[in-house]
Amino acid sequence: MDWMGLVQLAVILVSAALMLTGAGIILAGAVGVIRLPDFYTRMHAAGVTDTLGAEIIILGLILQAGFTLVSVKLALLGLIIFLTSPTSTHAVANAAYRSGLKPILRRWRSDENRGDAA
Amino acid sequence: MTRKWLYGVTLTIVLTAMWALLSGYGLKQPLLSLAIFSIVVTVFMTIRMGLLDGEAIPYWRLRYLAYWGWLGREIVKSNIAVLKIVLSPVIDIKPVVTRTPVSLKDDVARATLANSYTLTPGTVTMEIEEGGFILHGLDESFCGQEGFRIFERKVKSATGEGSE
Repeated sequence: MDWMGLVQLAVILVSAALMLTGAGIILAGAVGVIRLPDFYTRMHAAGVTDTLGAEIIILGLILQAGFTLVSVKLALLGLIIFLTSPTSTHAVANAAYRSGLKPILRRWRSDENRGDAA
Repeated sequence: MTRKWLYGVTLTIVLTAMWALLSGYGLKQPLLSLAIFSIVVTVFMTIRMGLLDGEAIPYWRLRYLAYWGWLGREIVKSNIAVLKIVLSPVIDIKPVVTRTPVSLKDDVARATLANSYTLTPGTVTMEIEEGGFILHGLDESFCGQEGFRIFERKVKSATGEGSE
């Protein structure tokens, strides 16, 4: 195996690792959406998926694509997600806040509060 | 107004570059007439809707890059903190709603700051008021006022004119 082959192998391994990490983070975010108690706290878990999770997967895909036009498009996609996801999160949070949904504001432990998820 | 002309020319250049990049054909084939048509229509509509000002032009500044680098590190840090809470065997949190004073006046700077709070998991901007934001925090540990001050200072130095 020559040098170029080694570099290619390294790039493939790193990008695979990045994409797997991203998939794991998105899975963890989904678990958080199920485990947390109310709308506002679940929003934070959902935020994990579209900041770190999505961006890491896009980074892995950019490594796969190399120096091509596809990489430029992927980078643009990452930038657009970076700019639009907080806007949509804020819109949802603001709508809930204005319509009077009360957040849980006391200490909350998952082993003591079975069933009061509403 | 010469500034309007500058904004218009910049927008046209940016749209042309965008088209060349996304189509992947470059600027040398029959579809070019459609590209020119769509760019002209877009610029015309932007002018007619009165949107052609400093905010509409995607101008680039190096200080933004430095800010995004710093923000990226903060996002990774707070993501790890949220993931730790979510994946711990027993979730133990105390959600808070807090108000943080904001002295920025410039619209772009205020939007950048609110979006930065929302982008870092653990805090979400719920309401924007004249002199401050109302934030929801997943846990008390995300809502230290000194952390909010650091964000505001960074945005202030990144956008420059946004402060008094």
